[in-house]
Amino acid sequence: MDFALTHAYLIPLLPALAFVVILAFTRLDKKKSAAIAISMMSVSFVLALLTAGAVLTDHLVMSATYIAKAVWVTIGGIPISMGMLVDPLTAMMLFVVTTVSLLVQIYSIGYMAHDPGAGRFFAFLSLFSASMLGLVISVSFIQMYAFWELVGLCSYLLIGFYYYKDSAREAAKKAFITTRIGDFGMLLGIIACQVAFGTVDFMELRSIVPQYVWSSGTSFLTIVGILLFIGPIGKSGQFPLHVWLPDAMEGPTPVSALIHAATMVVAGVYLVGRAYFIFSQLPIVMEIIAWVGGFTAIFAASIAITQRPFKKILAYSTISQLGYMMLALGVGSLTASMFHLMTHAFFKALLFLCAGAVIEAMNDEADIFKMGGLRHRMPTTFACMTIGVLAISGIPPFAGFFSKDMILAAAREVSMPLYIIATITAFMTAFYMARLLFVAFLGDVKDDCPAEETNAFMRWPLVVLAALSVVSGAAGHFLDFGEWIHYGPYHEEAIDPVIAGVSIVLTLIAYGLAYEIYVKKRWSAMEISHRLGFIYTLSYNKYYVDEFYALVRGAFIDGLAAVCYWLDVHVVQAILDGLAHVVSLVSEILSIAQNGQVQRYVAVFYCGVIVLALYGIYYAVRVLGILGGAF
Amino acid sequence: MTDVLSFIHFIVNGVMDFLVSIGAPDLIMAGIFYLMAAVTVLSALGVVLMRNVVHSALMLTASFIGVGCLYIYMNASFMGAVQFLVYGGAVAVLIVMAIMLTRRPDMAHSNPSRGALHQLGAAIVAAVFCLVMLIVSMASPFRTEASHLGDEVKGIADLMLTEYVLPFEVAAVLLLIAMIGAIILAKGVSENDA
Amino acid sequence: MTLDILHPFSITFMDMMNFATHIGLAHFLLLSAVLFAIGLFGLLTKRGIIPVLMCIELMLNAVNINLVAFNHYMPVDDYSGELMAIFAVAVAACEVAIGVALAFRIYRDRGTVNVDDLNSLKG
Repeated sequence: MDFALTHAYLIPLLPALAFVVILAFTRLDKKKSAAIAISMMSVSFVLALLTAGAVLTDHLVMSATYIAKAVWVTIGGIPISMGMLVDPLTAMMLFVVTTVSLLVQIYSIGYMAHDPGAGRFFAFLSLFSASMLGLVISVSFIQMYAFWELVGLCSYLLIGFYYYKDSAREAAKKAFITTRIGDFGMLLGIIACQVAFGTVDFMELRSIVPQYVWSSGTSFLTIVGILLFIGPIGKSGQFPLHVWLPDAMEGPTPVSALIHAATMVVAGVYLVGRAYFIFSQLPIVMEIIAWVGGFTAIFAASIAITQRPFKKILAYSTISQLGYMMLALGVGSLTASMFHLMTHAFFKALLFLCAGAVIEAMNDEADIFKMGGLRHRMPTTFACMTIGVLAISGIPPFAGFFSKDMILAAAREVSMPLYIIATITAFMTAFYMARLLFVAFLGDVKDDCPAEETNAFMRWPLVVLAALSVVSGAAGHFLDFGEWIHYGPYHEEAIDPVIAGVSIVLTLIAYGLAYEIYVKKRWSAMEISHRLGFIYTLSYNKYYVDEFYALVRGAFIDGLAAVCYWLDVHVVQAILDGLAHVVSLVSEILSIAQNGQVQRYVAVFYCGVIVLALYGIYYAVRVLGILGGAF
Repeated sequence: MTDVLSFIHFIVNGVMDFLVSIGAPDLIMAGIFYLMAAVTVLSALGVVLMRNVVHSALMLTASFIGVGCLYIYMNASFMGAVQFLVYGGAVAVLIVMAIMLTRRPDMAHSNPSRGALHQLGAAIVAAVFCLVMLIVSMASPFRTEASHLGDEVKGIADLMLTEYVLPFEVAAVLLLIAMIGAIILAKGVSENDA
Repeated sequence: MTLDILHPFSITFMDMMNFATHIGLAHFLLLSAVLFAIGLFGLLTKRGIIPVLMCIELMLNAVNINLVAFNHYMPVDDYSGELMAIFAVAVAACEVAIGVALAFRIYRDRGTVNVDDLNSLKG
């Protein structure tokens, strides 16, 4: 075992240290803060690389992992251990998270250059990365849950970073509360796990669960699985708890990139992947996961088509892609899901950072229809953005092609409807991404467009991510990603020419369509939207999910409040009034005794003495057997 | 003459022997006890029942003296002396002085009691309490022989200045504080000094 | 087991005569109990503050009799009981001094020494 493997705990620890140091000492100095955060993150990144290398050279596979843990606390006789679990999946996640975090932090130097709160920002970013990295190397559900909540906390802090803005505060609260709903389900699942198996340790569970299923069936475990899956639904923005994700755009754009690409939202997918030994035993839960994923994918994609703000489109695209990952997990392909997670992390980070660059260049103007012709003003950003769009749409040889193809193939094997949904989603994805690209970057430059190419700090991370978006897919494909990260027997999958062909053709059609509509303006977009009328409105308003929630919540809370009010007035108040009356009545009676006459007090006192003396006599005679000696 | 004397001697001896043989010394001692107990108890009753508070005070002194005699009866002559000096002297004088200071026009009814009902209640409480104490007394070991402890004053002094020296000192401080307190209470503190 | 001393048939005439002629601890305890009860009765019935004080003194005397009697009749090896009685006398002396001063003060401030009238604590 080499250094990187045995010291993998340093990977989350260093950014956490950076958080503490920045908050304690250099919060007000943004340059020092950035230096500390980035240097710590760089070391973590190197360690992650070394860990990945160690995994590859030591041939750690999914079934033979490196585990180091220690008992953290013992509560009620149940030991709760903290530690690290390193297998190829962990190594891949560490690599992805540290890479994206590092690039985002470098990017943030440029992005936050004029923000007075930059020190705080870097502290939170560090903690965010640390939490996610800690989550990734968790050995047990409890440890994962702790870091899971930390991630939630950090997202709250970062989404609400501009706390002086109402919308940011609201968005932060929404994100926190919405994910808490999921977390609560997950907590119940973990408790159920502890009750059923007596442990929440991943490796112990992995050996126990198959026996349990063999001996006791899956009925109880199905409930556990569903409860556990509620956590990922909240965290990974799956329908119906996806509503917080688009609002999370209120945070600074690097945060959006971090949340959407590498840290928060993939935590849910990662959890399902990590606990795959439970889920894969439960056909019903797998079915649920697959359909939730599939529905989320197409649902979010259909919303993304009509959105206008740059980052909103990307947000719904993230939800859609996460749906893909869930779908892949649901149809039994851990490989495809994790592969897509990795490639998506790169190109989605790329897209978001581009978005950040564009929006900053446009002086915080987010509506893509107010942009146009940015290609001339921001050539590097345009190039990177194009690569990102090609990657997410699945054009070979960009990253998205390989991972998406793997998901489609996996879905095709299991279920035709899911495959069709995934393919339609791919078509829609290509369309809205092309729309985004064409509207914002092609066409004529608007007269009052202030856009300029961004500074180097913001440009170079884009280039690096673009490069990763190009090569990561092909590299994963040709270096046998699936040999390392898989569940169950590994079987090599060649690219199915039919599936790949269909998706490429559809993508190209989508591109053409978008080009005709938004660049050539052969058909007026307005007219189409009018023609579609109801459907367009529905999609533009995100199917009114938020409004529905507001309605339900309002009705629920108002109703509850009415009930509580009634209870308060007619029950609690009545009880308290009654008590007060009883007390005052009793005290009135008792105050008769309190007549200020010392002699009556003395009389009462001596009555008490008599009782005590009688008891003493009784005790002496009955218990001690002492008898008088006078006669 | 000698015969007469020896006869008288014989008679006296015979009478003494007879008296001893019928337990006369015990009877005499018992008689003394009952006499002093009667004085004590009757005086105490007088304290409670007298209508004139000065008479009550007088009765109280008599009761104190009776108790002092009982102490001497029990060979506790030092305690008896203390009783005479402190109670029969100091306390009695203090109480008489207090009566003087809080004098009322009608001294004949200066020691009023409460109403009949109240007295009945008090009597019941006191009687029951007395009964309980009597039971306890009767249940205690019946002993008539005195323990022989040597010189009383020496024994008390030894104890007081060795084992009980701390309570002794505390009692001294207590007396001092009581004295100061009594002076301040009785004299009062003028507003200017406060 | 019951209190045999209350059982009429267990006490003979000779027992009673013996008890009456041989003065011992029990006699003093009985005397003390009676004295205490008289004091208690007075304490509960007297209206004036000074008679109440007197009754308290009676009760204290009853207690002192007990102490001295136990010391005299019980097989002990020193004079602790009498010593306690002496301390009690000291405390009683203080109590009388303070009590009399209080009575005087109350009389001066309120013009009365009736316990009935001193009921400011009435609830």
